[in-house]
Amino acid sequence: MINYNEQNNIAVLKINVDSRPMNVITKEFLEALKLQWSQFEQNSKLKGLIITSDRPEFMAGADLEMIRHITDPLECFNLALDLQNLLRQIEKSKRPVVAAINGTALGGGFEITLACHQRIALNHPKIQLGLPEVKLGLLPGGGGTQRLPRLIGIEKSLPLLLEGRSLNPSKALEAGLIHQLANSKEELLKLATEYILQNPEASAPWDKKGYRLPGGDVQTPVGYRMFPGAMAKVTETTWHNYPAPMKILSVVYEGLQVTLEQGMEIEARAFAELVTSEVTKSMINTLFYSMNECNKGVSRPQNIPEQKVNKVGILGAGMMGRGIAYSSAMNGIEVVLKDISLEAAQAGKEYSVKLVSNLVEKGKLSSQEAEIILSRITPTADPQMMKGCDLVIEAVIEDRNLKARVTKESEDVMPKTAIYASNTSTLPITGLAEASQRPQQFIGLHFFSPVDKMPLVEIIMGEKTGDHALALCMDYVRKIKKTPIVVNDGRGFYTSRVFTTYVIEGINMLTEGIEPQLIESAGKMAGMPVGPLSVSDEVSLDLIYHILKQTEADLGADSIDQATYKVVTDFTQNLKRLGRKTGAGFYDYPENQKKRLSPILSEKFPTKEHGFSREALSLRLLTIQALETYKCLEEKIIREERDADVGSILGWGFPPYTGGTLSYIHQRGVEQFVKDCQSLEKLYGKRFKTPASLKNFGSK
Amino acid sequence: MKQAYIFDAVRTPRGRGKADGSLHSSRPITLAAECLKAIRDRNNLNTQLVDDVILGCVTPIGEQGGDVAKAAALHADYHQSVAGVTLNRFCGSGLEAINQAATNIMSGQFDLQVAGGVECMSRIAMGSDGGALMIDPELSFKVGFVPQGIGADLIATLRGYTREDVDRFAIESQKKAAIAWEEKRFQKSIIPIKDSLGRILLDRDEHMRPDTTFEKISQLKPAFLELGEKWGLDSVAYKKYPRVESIQHVHHAGNSSGIVDGAAAVLIGSEEMGIELKLKPRARIISMAAVGSEPTIMLTGPAPATLKALARANMKASDIDLYEVNEAFAAVVMNFRDELEIPDSKINVNGGAIALGHPLGATGAMLMSTLIDELERTKKRFGCITLCIGGGMGIATIIERI
Repeated sequence: MINYNEQNNIAVLKINVDSRPMNVITKEFLEALKLQWSQFEQNSKLKGLIITSDRPEFMAGADLEMIRHITDPLECFNLALDLQNLLRQIEKSKRPVVAAINGTALGGGFEITLACHQRIALNHPKIQLGLPEVKLGLLPGGGGTQRLPRLIGIEKSLPLLLEGRSLNPSKALEAGLIHQLANSKEELLKLATEYILQNPEASAPWDKKGYRLPGGDVQTPVGYRMFPGAMAKVTETTWHNYPAPMKILSVVYEGLQVTLEQGMEIEARAFAELVTSEVTKSMINTLFYSMNECNKGVSRPQNIPEQKVNKVGILGAGMMGRGIAYSSAMNGIEVVLKDISLEAAQAGKEYSVKLVSNLVEKGKLSSQEAEIILSRITPTADPQMMKGCDLVIEAVIEDRNLKARVTKESEDVMPKTAIYASNTSTLPITGLAEASQRPQQFIGLHFFSPVDKMPLVEIIMGEKTGDHALALCMDYVRKIKKTPIVVNDGRGFYTSRVFTTYVIEGINMLTEGIEPQLIESAGKMAGMPVGPLSVSDEVSLDLIYHILKQTEADLGADSIDQATYKVVTDFTQNLKRLGRKTGAGFYDYPENQKKRLSPILSEKFPTKEHGFSREALSLRLLTIQALETYKCLEEKIIREERDADVGSILGWGFPPYTGGTLSYIHQRGVEQFVKDCQSLEKLYGKRFKTPASLKNFGSK
Repeated sequence: MKQAYIFDAVRTPRGRGKADGSLHSSRPITLAAECLKAIRDRNNLNTQLVDDVILGCVTPIGEQGGDVAKAAALHADYHQSVAGVTLNRFCGSGLEAINQAATNIMSGQFDLQVAGGVECMSRIAMGSDGGALMIDPELSFKVGFVPQGIGADLIATLRGYTREDVDRFAIESQKKAAIAWEEKRFQKSIIPIKDSLGRILLDRDEHMRPDTTFEKISQLKPAFLELGEKWGLDSVAYKKYPRVESIQHVHHAGNSSGIVDGAAAVLIGSEEMGIELKLKPRARIISMAAVGSEPTIMLTGPAPATLKALARANMKASDIDLYEVNEAFAAVVMNFRDELEIPDSKINVNGGAIALGHPLGATGAMLMSTLIDELERTKKRFGCITLCIGGGMGIATIIERI
């Protein structure tokens, strides 16, 4: 847990929480630290103490395994106080205590260093220092919200606390978070020892006489300017869906007006409230646990050894193809980028040229590295070039005949063991696989646009897709540093299918006479990245039109939402308003001005008295997505709940505070969620009808 | 219940609220004391008979802090038996002082009071006293506060007032104020401020821009655009008003109230006290009201406050001959006008704070002298003063000229 030794009258305490994959603060660690501290305290011969770690990281934070299971706020409060009190004792010790930060120190780990009199960090750019708690819906509960502002001032600390940004050691030195840099571990200990020898008595700045808060107190014109600004930013970015940043502001505001001890107690109270809140629990579960599991590939068939994807063929150098080419080349994969002409393929490669030179300009790549990356992409018009590819990804337009043709063309030359993947966003894989000679090696790889920015890949298992194809695709997706989720085949798979309900619900609201801006606000303030009408314009109304038309042709009039179909037909076929790409959709896009909801909406959809609050409409927009996801689960499109949650957040920006589409149901409470659906069903009919199994959801 | 009578009302001129303003070198107690002295001297008042001096002040810190009313009373050499109290109802403070004084008289517990207000905005910056409404995160997240200017822009957006509309309103304010000064309509109440050698520092409102034109004013940059869009404060408003697509930032220095220095005082007493001191009542306070209103938009309080005061007086909006509606921002007055359907010819006939300036804590009391003077000049009977107030409040007082 902790390795402790004394040398030349200096104690060195090395953290090693070997029961965990990384150093984290557990209850046992806390007890061990108390014990070691009292041992140090009792030995008056010792001149000082160095705290460092025995592992690559200094300390990664609090143990989330412990945090996620706390349900009693008082227990949590006492836990935080326990850590705070110990750290305060360390800080109040007259003898110098130095944090020799040999690796990443985040959250609780960094809070330990904040209580030390001197912070010296190993100067390595990969080391991260900071308080990222807010990202998981938490706040620093070990005095961090109190010591950081007391150290560098409110103005500088608020962005770090509110955004959870971490800094590398040299940036941290610049920001005043640490005192010194060391170039090696030896130097780190040497500097720490020197500090102890040169400073026989030490105390924190705030324990010295005449201490003043850097940059000014809360109740000064500085504070009067800063807090309203910070609050407005929090509102603008969270719409108050996330309690943590709001609590952080309150805790800083209140705590900085009282003693450090009282401030820490205020912090501990807020910490306890957050830890036991549904939002925080959902965020920890999905953003930490589920996300890690997806990234580790837990859905990967375990009995198949790791598959090497050294060369990938991409069919179609359009928006998607060129993006996939870039992401592959960036991660060391050879790419053959094919289109109908060499010119078209070259134009596709140009995209990577542009992105790579941007990185060179920003100093994030050397020009040699850039050259190597670009040399990996070979543009071509020749189907023979698919020879030797471990994986071929088809990214041509959504036309079954064309897709069938290129499938055949490629399979003729691809190695027999290679995998063929379609980047379709809507067409069922099983149907596309009919064109394949080896459907067990045929799979769906649904990328999101823009590929270089969007972190998710939806892997779709066709009826006949085999485990080998899945294993290889998961290895590939992880190699290009994206997060895979695995779903079964079905119309729209998972992400497109559920995302579409958001769009359709928004368009339905329009036809009901709800004010267009209220619909947009309902989406945005529910935490969606943009309103449903904006997103319709972005994906383009004719895409929605074509999808609905195709679905109706395939499955009949009852299979689609006719109200939406009517609207998009009118807009695309009569009005020729296709969305942003044509400069007109639900919005107008005047040149050099902000887009505006088009006046045509009030002509087409006169607003009516409806009595719905923004909150009620937000609830409706979230409910339809969660319900559709549950249906996907029931229909076994979704194989694992975690994939639904992670896919919804990374795929189309379902609000992270909910923990994702299925966690949303748990957060809301199954019973309440069923009630929500039932009252919506009364108003809007069968699309809100709940499957009978829903009421037992989650009761295991 | 007793009647509360107004025997006299005075005010200082409004000095530009900057370091180059003519009243910048005058302390708050000086301005307030000059008004108190004028009240005393114009009415041959034995100050021992004054029960209390009650002043509004919105930024009561520093030299304006403590109890500036008591300080001013002492500085004006009022008898030591006179008490003093300072109050803060933000922009409604000056009128609140009058209302509280009137209520005291009506209750029969007080007989004679001086009510008024003081604000030296060039010396004590607006907002420099902080306050939970502005900065306490827990409260602010719950309520959603934005700077008043964004509230005013939001009113304009909701009402569909264009930049041109509010600019035209501002030009009218300037024109009316210029005529009022030309015709010496404020003369009766203005107390020129002099230095210790008796030289006049200021004897007229110096914030006015009588020569401004529509062309000039339309060049001014919107004052709250950056706060709204870059600082994210528009979002706070959108959260409360999710039907609003985009707040139109139409207000700027030229169509908002001016930052100025000034003080005012009003002598209020019972009928008996008037008879005893042979003071001729100039007006009677009929009714009053203070209300809370939606706090994010913040500035829509005047209409409900006025309606409440009217109802108490058993009157209709159309019964009032003259309105003084504080021109905090153009849209505030326009909104009040449209909501109560009052003709322009009855509102701020001598201009308002856009032209003259708005010395926060003093304005309500200044408007009383302006209103009574005008009722007397035009021989009209009923008048109403109303102001919008920070935090989402409104205040109104209805008087009858005697």
